[in-house]
Amino acid sequence: MRNDLVLRVVGRLMIPSILIFALYVQFHGDFGPGGGFQAGVIVAAGIVFYALIYGVTATRRLVPDCVVETMVASGVLIYAGVGLAGLLLGGHYLDYSVLGHDPVHGQHRGIFWVEVGVATTVCGVMLKIFYMFTSRGNSED
Amino acid sequence: MSLAQHLPALQVVLPLISAPLAVLSRRAGLAFLIVTAAAWTAFAIAIALWLQVDLSGPVSYPIGNWEPPWGIEYRLDRLNSFMLVLVSGMAAVVLPYSRASIEREIPQESHYLFYAMLGLCLTGLLGMSITGDAFNLFVFLEISSLSTYVLIAMGRDRRALTAAYQYLIMGSIGATFIVIGIGFLYLMTGTLNLADMVDRVARIENSRPGLAALAFITVGVSLKVALAPLHQWLPNAYTYAPSSVSAFLAATATKVALYALIRFYFTVFGDAFLFEKLPLPKMMLVLSLFAMFFANFIAIFQDNLKRLFAYSSIGQIGYITLGLSFDSIDGVAASIMHLFNHGVAKGAIFLLVGAIVARLTTRQSAPPAPGFDRIAGLARSMPWTCFGIVIGGLSLIGVPGTAGFISKWYLVLAAVDKGQWWLVGAILFSSLLAVAYVWRFVEAAYFRAPPAGREAFGEASLSLLIPAWLLVGATVWFGIDTSFTVGSAIEAAQQLVHNHK
Repeated sequence: MRNDLVLRVVGRLMIPSILIFALYVQFHGDFGPGGGFQAGVIVAAGIVFYALIYGVTATRRLVPDCVVETMVASGVLIYAGVGLAGLLLGGHYLDYSVLGHDPVHGQHRGIFWVEVGVATTVCGVMLKIFYMFTSRGNSED
Repeated sequence: MSLAQHLPALQVVLPLISAPLAVLSRRAGLAFLIVTAAAWTAFAIAIALWLQVDLSGPVSYPIGNWEPPWGIEYRLDRLNSFMLVLVSGMAAVVLPYSRASIEREIPQESHYLFYAMLGLCLTGLLGMSITGDAFNLFVFLEISSLSTYVLIAMGRDRRALTAAYQYLIMGSIGATFIVIGIGFLYLMTGTLNLADMVDRVARIENSRPGLAALAFITVGVSLKVALAPLHQWLPNAYTYAPSSVSAFLAATATKVALYALIRFYFTVFGDAFLFEKLPLPKMMLVLSLFAMFFANFIAIFQDNLKRLFAYSSIGQIGYITLGLSFDSIDGVAASIMHLFNHGVAKGAIFLLVGAIVARLTTRQSAPPAPGFDRIAGLARSMPWTCFGIVIGGLSLIGVPGTAGFISKWYLVLAAVDKGQWWLVGAILFSSLLAVAYVWRFVEAAYFRAPPAGREAFGEASLSLLIPAWLLVGATVWFGIDTSFTVGSAIEAAQQLVHNHK
């Protein structure tokens, strides 16, 4: 469908705004509805949209399989790392209060990185599932 | 701050971190080292925690410094510190074994994923054992279940896929029932902390939602336990999974589910209510007898060794639930002992059967079923492997000198204590069924001539034999020196059973 002018223009307009909206959802998660899970899904949706227009092969060049797999694993590591950081700074496992100079700041910082971890893994898993489904059989575009 | 204080968190977190690190390493060798190191550290931590509970009583750890009952609490007492030793110990033995055993069973390029999945499965099982929070228990149950489905599906036999799918459906139904049950409990008590739930459940247990919660949790956990009429997923899953996975699951997965059952029955609902006012003891007695006779009887007629021992596992679970149904200190202690003793013996057997499968496998073909014609006369070429299976089999029967005897002895004592002499007969008679299926193996391996066309092969490689024989050694050791198993089990039972009659 890469020759379809309407799709390409709409895609060029939509994909950046989808990614920006994902960032909004990500960082707004502290104060309102949103957070890492939703943001990760929205980013993945943006990339899936790209794949619908430009084909899976092009998408796999843009976001290679090894990057997706690294995302799946590193999100979990970020989350667990925040827990271990709390433990090393003198609190209990996953204690955010010790992460900043005062507890409130620490709680903010802790949940921020946890959400980053969640977003990374969720986005990775969504793309992994998408890649696995699209690589079945031999139709590439 | 000392590190010792954080051992409960590290017990779960180290295997959890090992899984993504194994994925990131992308190399089988490195992934193997990472996950094995995590499993051995987890085993060391489990022993340290067991000693800590032994010396100074229950340990509580607030995750995220949120005090219980508001936050998630990791709580260790006699029973679950004992479970942690079993689960992490089995992982520590099975992992070194997997390295050689999956060589021909799983394609080279997905070896690192296998180790990652085993690390996640270990995380889930350890987490289920250690947590003191009902919903956290469900989450860890899902972590262990989902990784188990993947591990089973990795078997090279194509039927492994359908076996994993069957388990996926059954396991998901079980998990859904459990979460509905926990939801009812939360609705009625307003708490998810198991220790906090105890007093509040006492007030609502006669209400309809309370009973519904009990029913949902019983059916859900029984599915994961593979208690007799709900065991359909188990034989295929154990038969077609890679050998090391069969051993690990047989020794730990159903055992941890049984632990969850004991926790809900004896700690949360309390035995005084369950076993006095409800017809639960009779139900459990009937189901246990059904498992003991029906599954052991079916096991005799299996032609595939792995399937035979899978049915035998279902039968052995019957002994464990039989002990629970007595609701006495001896009975519950016998169940807890049998959890451990059967786990060790069955782990040893599945590891050794895996060694036979590895010898029968050629490079091209899928692993053949270890049928009785194929293993005829095998004791001549693989004496250590066959002898190990015989010792494990003796433990399944309950011959003195093996671990299985100790738990069956306490089971018989508990039955006598209740004045149920006919149950003593039932236990002995069902053990005779175990004699029959173990004898089938002995007869084929020792007394039949090897088939003419079979090419000669030697004993299994040491990398397979040493881990397996460690467990065989443990089977004999815990049959003679019972201070660890019997001591832990009786003290755990004393904490659990309040219904002194």
